[in-house]
Amino acid sequence: MRLGLVLGEAASGLRRNITMVISVVLVTFISLTFVGAAILLQFQINQMKGYWYDRAQVTVSLCTDIDSSGTCAQAEATQEQKDAIEAQLTSSTLAPFIERYEFESHEQAYENFKVSFKGSPLVDLATPEFLPESFRVKLNDPTQATVLIESLSGIPGVQSVVDQRQYLDGILDILNAASYAAIGLASLMLIAAVLLIATTIRLSAFSRRREIGIMRLVGASNRFIQTPFILEGVFASLIGSLLAGVAIVALVQFFVRGYLLDTIGNTIGLIGLDDAFLVVPMLVILGGALAAASAGVAISRYLKV
Amino acid sequence: MIRFDTVTKSYPRNSRPALNGVSMEILKGEFVFLVGASGSGKSSFLRLVLKEEKPTKGQIHVLGQQLGTLTSRKVPYFRRNLGVVFQDFRLLPQKTVFDNVAFTLQVIGKSRGFIQEAVPDVLKMVGLAGKSNRFPHELSGGEQQRVAIARAIVNKPAILLADEPTGNLDPATSAGIMTLLERINLGGTTVIMATHDVGIVDQMKRRVIELTDGRIVRDERKGGYQTQAVPVQGFGLSGADSGTEGVSA
Repeated sequence: MRLGLVLGEAASGLRRNITMVISVVLVTFISLTFVGAAILLQFQINQMKGYWYDRAQVTVSLCTDIDSSGTCAQAEATQEQKDAIEAQLTSSTLAPFIERYEFESHEQAYENFKVSFKGSPLVDLATPEFLPESFRVKLNDPTQATVLIESLSGIPGVQSVVDQRQYLDGILDILNAASYAAIGLASLMLIAAVLLIATTIRLSAFSRRREIGIMRLVGASNRFIQTPFILEGVFASLIGSLLAGVAIVALVQFFVRGYLLDTIGNTIGLIGLDDAFLVVPMLVILGGALAAASAGVAISRYLKV
Repeated sequence: MIRFDTVTKSYPRNSRPALNGVSMEILKGEFVFLVGASGSGKSSFLRLVLKEEKPTKGQIHVLGQQLGTLTSRKVPYFRRNLGVVFQDFRLLPQKTVFDNVAFTLQVIGKSRGFIQEAVPDVLKMVGLAGKSNRFPHELSGGEQQRVAIARAIVNKPAILLADEPTGNLDPATSAGIMTLLERINLGGTTVIMATHDVGIVDQMKRRVIELTDGRIVRDERKGGYQTQAVPVQGFGLSGADSGTEGVSA
């Protein structure tokens, strides 16, 4: 009985205020889509970190006879130098950090190079002698690469020590910046959405001020009076959130899993639909909670005793 | 039933208080006229009884509750014991007579069965038995006020507050409304009516409380709209206090 009455009041409020309700739906839809996109970007960043940091190694490149950078003096690293480096890697100072390491000879480097740059004219130019020998070191904890870089950089025969993660960091920084921009935009629009919901509810309350006055006079409880209005705001915002959810799922399905996967292949660990379905309930809860809070605040001035 | 202890009510941006040290008591089953010029504090008095306003100073007891200690959460439940009628009726224009009265019961959570029983009863009592499906704009002013009274008493309140209920009605219709209020009073409901209607007050010979500039200047049993003979009638201890204050003012 009472539930029916409350729902009926909410429905009539929605009908009476249809243009405002539509604008609430649209603003919530757009702002929550941005929020969802920002969350997805963060997921993507984490995914890429997980994918790449697992594979990332520290490369200790050795001197070749055409190289004068590092400690090299256009002389190929000698066997003694290589043994000294290997001794360092197995020494008690460095060994605890290292999961495993392997030596890559000129020939192996050339084979890998041919695979990586297949179809490129570079392959024809390169010879095994151009490509440095190297130690590929896999660390227990990829974040501790500096230890290795510091202890190996100055050793004779070492051309350079490079943490492969640094190549990834640039891309991740860009993605991170994009996600912060999306969050910033989203929060501005969320503020607009909250204010719009508050205005809508206030308008709705104003158009029903006679009923509210009589309800207060005859002793309807505050909760009974405010619930239809809060439901009105929450309902409009939930529609917007669900639309945003649909947009997020579509974005992942058609852009990430469709276009991106076709263009670049799954070499960087792309997010999938399961991530999108994780974001949707977040958006719905966020939308609903924000709407309930702002509608509650907006209606409270009509309930002051 | 209703007791004011030296109640003062000031509104912001107005140095002169709407009520100034008012003390009085109204007992169960009384019929009280509240008279005085516009701005003398009648409406403030009624709003204070309803706890629509808080007194600036002093205490108000209504139905055994001290209103100052009533939390805002409990105010709605307190108001269910009061009925209110206004000069401008305040009916919902898009609801029928039946729905206007039923709305009161719906919003305080009464069952459908109770509403189906109570609303026709009360409409019959106020003399609108055949008109439950009419809309307010199809009724005369007197009939609209009867709907408002039906709405106010359908929940069987202990107190009925009426703020110039005959202010918009012609004398004949007013007389009908007064007969109705009298009948409600005979049923045990305390009735407090603010009015400017000299004829009604003179004819009814009920207790009259006159306010001037926020003070009680007269509290008389079986009084008329204006009396010079008995300026103030002491009523209980607090009433006597207010009386002397009123005279000295």
